[in-house]
Amino acid sequence: MCLAIPARVCEIGDADQAIVDLGGVRKECSLALVDGVEVGDYVILHVGYALTRLDPEEAAKTLALMAEAGVLAARDGGHIGNAGAVSDLAPEA
Amino acid sequence: MKYVTEFRDGGVAQGLARAIAAEVRPDRRYNFMEFCGGHTHAISRYGVPDLLPPNVRMIHGPGCPVCVLPIGRIDLAIRLALDNGVILCTYADTLRVPASDGLSLMRAKARGGDIRMVYAVTDALKIARDHPEREVVFFAIGFETTTPPTAVAIKLARDQGLGNFSVLCCHVLTPSAIMNILESPEVRDLGVVPLDGFIGPAHVSTVIGSRPYAFFAEEYRKPVVIAGFEPLDVMQAILMLVRQVNDGRAVVENEFTRAVTEQGNEKAQDLVSEVFELRRSFEWRGLGEVPYSALRIREGFAAFDAERRYGLAYKPVPDNKACDCGAILRGVKGPTDCKLFGTVCTPENPMGSCMVSSEGACAAHYTYGRYKDASVLEAGA
Repeated sequence: MCLAIPARVCEIGDADQAIVDLGGVRKECSLALVDGVEVGDYVILHVGYALTRLDPEEAAKTLALMAEAGVLAARDGGHIGNAGAVSDLAPEA
Repeated sequence: MKYVTEFRDGGVAQGLARAIAAEVRPDRRYNFMEFCGGHTHAISRYGVPDLLPPNVRMIHGPGCPVCVLPIGRIDLAIRLALDNGVILCTYADTLRVPASDGLSLMRAKARGGDIRMVYAVTDALKIARDHPEREVVFFAIGFETTTPPTAVAIKLARDQGLGNFSVLCCHVLTPSAIMNILESPEVRDLGVVPLDGFIGPAHVSTVIGSRPYAFFAEEYRKPVVIAGFEPLDVMQAILMLVRQVNDGRAVVENEFTRAVTEQGNEKAQDLVSEVFELRRSFEWRGLGEVPYSALRIREGFAAFDAERRYGLAYKPVPDNKACDCGAILRGVKGPTDCKLFGTVCTPENPMGSCMVSSEGACAAHYTYGRYKDASVLEAGA
């Protein structure tokens, strides 16, 4: 229900109305809830309203952090599944 | 799609799985609840549990507004369409939910009710403008994510003098539901699985910010990590929760920094508090009455409140006695522990809240998980 998708703002019109691009699909969107949106910004679109602007720098940082976690784990010899790690624990009721 | 595809990368997911496996301690269990249906859906759809060590368990919380909407509220909407002859506008999510007397909004439409599916509340405003001779009611459901658009619409209706438009408000609040999971009279009867941390809401938090969760971290000593709805977001949040548990920390951390700030969307918060106020109590399907967990329309906007306008009185409707949703929502039981699961209770004919929408714990397991159960059984036979 809280489904919302990143959309790129293509045009900004009157009365907080904008046109956004969703992977090639153009759709109307209200900017009534977010100030200072510019053409080219990405917003999170939910039931016809932009909820917030996406921060491209923060997105890049998060992706870098995710990639780094995997690299560190590979270097330290981690393996997926951690098989048998809890075999000595009684099953939960 | 930008900001979607890169957060679904399988290679990075394998790396995160290795990191989680390397950091969990073999001598303890990690029980984490993802509150949101959006997370539940992502976890099931992308097979996240298969990437987790066996001592990390995800418990699916009550964070799907369609699932927790009590039947009595849908009955009110149906009666407005059938008895009062209004045009009832609703998001698609509520159309198939079974209500009393073998009805649903879809079936009520087949009986002649003028029930229309809308994508946005602004579509309902347009219908009201186009049909000045008819009364139009918008069936407003949803968490903090969906509430601000309803607030904007009510203000627009007032400013434009749309006297034939009103709202049946069923908006609910996430923090009160999380609190109910941790501390409610039912917890004493059902028992609890000790929760070691929460994955906090994604889009709800874009609106309310990360601050409202500090209470859970401090008061209940539970780590909270706010995460986006993509599978890598969920994996990263699990890694962050594991680290907090290992370090004995209980703080609010934000994985979804590309969209969530500490203070949230203050413009949206102001609009919501201008139009809505707290209800003393509201029934959640599966959780029962939860104090101060929902919103109603303020006196100043009473003309746009369908409950006042049509003198609606709420009547609760109990779920099937054998339904285990209350226990499943609290993590005490799993979907397959319920006698009704997959037999009389299916997504086509849900008996309880967890089966109602694709984001419910039981519906997600029915759609994505039960084939795995079946193959495990066959292998064991």
